[in-house]
Amino acid sequence: MRRLIPWLFLTPALSAFAWFKFIPMLKGLELSFYKVNFATEHEWVGLGNFARAASDGALHAAAFNTTLYVVVTVLASAFIGFLLALALEGPARHLAFIRTAMFMPAVTSTAILAEIWRILFFPTRDGVVNGMLSWAGVGEQGFLADPGQALGTLMLLHIWKAVPYDTVIFVAGLSTVNRELYDAASIDGAGWLARLRHVTLPALLPTIAIVLLLGLIRGFRVFTEVYATTGGGPAGATEVIMTHVYKIGFDQFDYGYASAVSFLLFTFTMVLTLVYLAWHRRILR
Amino acid sequence: MRGTSSAATEAGRWLVYALVLLVFVGPFWGMVMTAFNGPTVRPGVLLLWPSDPTVEHFRFAFTQGHVWRYLLNSGVVVAFGTVLQVFVSALAAYALARKRFTGAALVSLAILSTMMMPEEVIAIPLYIVLGKLPLLNVSLLNSYLGMILPLVGWGFSIFVLTEFMRAIPVELEEAARIDGASELQVFFWIILPLVRPALATVTVFGFLMIWDQYLLPLIVTNREELYTLPVVLSTLRSDETIRPNVFIAITLLAMLPSIAMYLALQKAFNRGLLAGAVKG
Repeated sequence: MRRLIPWLFLTPALSAFAWFKFIPMLKGLELSFYKVNFATEHEWVGLGNFARAASDGALHAAAFNTTLYVVVTVLASAFIGFLLALALEGPARHLAFIRTAMFMPAVTSTAILAEIWRILFFPTRDGVVNGMLSWAGVGEQGFLADPGQALGTLMLLHIWKAVPYDTVIFVAGLSTVNRELYDAASIDGAGWLARLRHVTLPALLPTIAIVLLLGLIRGFRVFTEVYATTGGGPAGATEVIMTHVYKIGFDQFDYGYASAVSFLLFTFTMVLTLVYLAWHRRILR
Repeated sequence: MRGTSSAATEAGRWLVYALVLLVFVGPFWGMVMTAFNGPTVRPGVLLLWPSDPTVEHFRFAFTQGHVWRYLLNSGVVVAFGTVLQVFVSALAAYALARKRFTGAALVSLAILSTMMMPEEVIAIPLYIVLGKLPLLNVSLLNSYLGMILPLVGWGFSIFVLTEFMRAIPVELEEAARIDGASELQVFFWIILPLVRPALATVTVFGFLMIWDQYLLPLIVTNREELYTLPVVLSTLRSDETIRPNVFIAITLLAMLPSIAMYLALQKAFNRGLLAGAVKG
């Protein structure tokens, strides 16, 4: 009986994981090897779905868009977050207020941010951003409606949501930097930039790496930002891996191929995560 | 000379503050002002200040836009989802933090592995599993349960609670046991009250995570009367009877709960954020 107690406490959580994580995971792996038919038996296709992924031009375009999106948004949010952390660090009341206020996009549902973005970047003079640009003498821009600008506009949305997080994490990181090092550097005649380069940056390196790696790991699954704003359009300009998978699965009902592509994405994220964990363990030591 | 340069620095600082507020708060300000603006605006317009302020657009959202329906759906999912998620996580964390048993390391590893499994990549097979749940042979599609149960197990809240529960001295637990407390009594009356800050943290994170759900309700329901607020927005956007001010009012209603939750539990939120920086 005593030995059963921990398992009784674990049962609800483990059942939830089994039904809604592990079984779907295995089911997805299984389906990857089939062509799913609705009227008749599923058809075993071996590695056929994976071979199809290797030659699927639309998937490659989506993978390229996703990679570009992730790399740009992660680097830009970390960079802006770092600069803002330097500007907003400190115990002063007004700084704490600004740090709280700037969190509004970060805690708002992505689908809602998508609607706000569609309004701000409305493709006529009425849109807020177009209005501001027209003061600067720039003509009307298409933004989400323009294949050349849509992905960039979505990146801005992602950065808008990510910067507050990165800022707060860097603010916490900055508070652990040894103050005596600053003073020592100042006495040695180091200016602001030299202190940043030789004291702040080295001390923050682990934090910077965590922010970048977690951003990468979480970025590749991007779906809502795209699906709720452009749905992958215009003309496929913002198609990412997950919107592509969603369409294969729920518009073309090709569950087998959709599962195979999902599985490839999963394996890729898994590798990134293992790199992160291995590396994280090393710096914690 | 020094005086002018520090005054310039100071002005620069306040310029940065103003810019930050403009970018991160400005759009929300514009949304609020436009929602209360009397005359209907053209699509894409956001106002700095309302003319003829009115609550008419909110009233219209409730009476003609059926916002009640979607608010109720979102409310049911987030309320039951958060409570279940926190409770189930606390139970699991109790076993992991306070018991020594064979297989504990394996369980931790299994939970960790779910955190490396973004829900997006299992969306397709999850849809199939929800259509016919193994063993039980029931379908959770087009039901509240289908939008709630997949969110009940969450590794992040289990690990945050485990960490806090580990820190409780064993003497407190032993004293209660000597007084004849049962396992459940120890859990409810000793452990849970002592991890109240951590419970607040996982509650606010769970709430925000569930309110943010988009893909899950999207695959679970195809019946509009079951849509949650974030999911129904794109449908309402293309609805001819919903004017821009009304749509903006509905969008505000959809974000109010998560912002209120964040402001109410901000300390707890920040605690989790730093724990979250190292979550997988």
